[in-house]
Amino acid sequence: MKKNLLALVTGLLLSLSIFAQNNPEQVEMADTMRSNGKIYVVIAVILTILAGLILYVVRIDRKLGKLEKNQ
Amino acid sequence: MSHKNIFNMHKSWWKILSVVLLVYTFTAGILMKVPRLPQLQETIRNLYFHVCMWFAMMILFIISVVHAIKYLRTNNLKNDICSREYASVGIIMGILGYATGAIWMSYTWADPNIPSVTFSLIAKEPKLIGAAIALLIYFAYLVLRDSIQDIDKRARVSAVYNIFAFAMLFPSIWILPRVLPSLHPGGSEGNPALDFKSADPRLRMVFYPAIAGWTLLAVWITTIKIRMRYIKDKSILNA
Repeated sequence: MKKNLLALVTGLLLSLSIFAQNNPEQVEMADTMRSNGKIYVVIAVILTILAGLILYVVRIDRKLGKLEKNQ
Repeated sequence: MSHKNIFNMHKSWWKILSVVLLVYTFTAGILMKVPRLPQLQETIRNLYFHVCMWFAMMILFIISVVHAIKYLRTNNLKNDICSREYASVGIIMGILGYATGAIWMSYTWADPNIPSVTFSLIAKEPKLIGAAIALLIYFAYLVLRDSIQDIDKRARVSAVYNIFAFAMLFPSIWILPRVLPSLHPGGSEGNPALDFKSADPRLRMVFYPAIAGWTLLAVWITTIKIRMRYIKDKSILNA
């Protein structure tokens, strides 16, 4: 009887530790990248690409505006 | 014609808004806190990119069908041009949504140890099949359009087809994926790990501006294509 109770308690404790693994703080995220600031390198790169693409679209838009004026 | 603004661009305030929103999406989308979800982890940030492609596609298809109906009511070829260009840029956004989804799902749902099993499960995803059907119907729209020589006939037939294609969006991307069980979130029942509802506000802070930014960019590109087409087809439009 005592053994069964011990097994039950151990089982419950084990299941608790499984719940603990679902704790949001345990989910692996890119925290290192944020703490050492390397994430800003990524942002610089993607913002440069975005800026390049936007400037390209702006240039096409302006050229087209001139073309429309000459019509 | 008014070209009196700072960038000498055609009606530029919403274009500037689009750029501002996209810069916000790219910085806040990477830097801001997101819910720590098992299985998704940092990839939840794809929400600001992948999902926005689909939103832009749907909005562009809606504008396209509105122009198709306008054409049928007025027989104005300008509406026909708008309808076509909105549909083709919408297709491009759809292809981008599909491609980004393919990358995202291979790192989220697929098990690299048993690729044949997991990928065949993914191939049965109702959202993927529905989106593929919707895109193929719109490909057919372009094929149909470009196969008709007569200008008025082409405009009329493709406007009618556009309405049918739009009607097919309802079952293929708005109803079926919500009725059938799916791994993909946003259905009637999803994987609880993929449910963003529990931690919504942090995601919404970036998600809604991102939708607006991407959609405005898509509309901007479309208006450029439309204006090009107006210049090209000037002789027909003025006839």
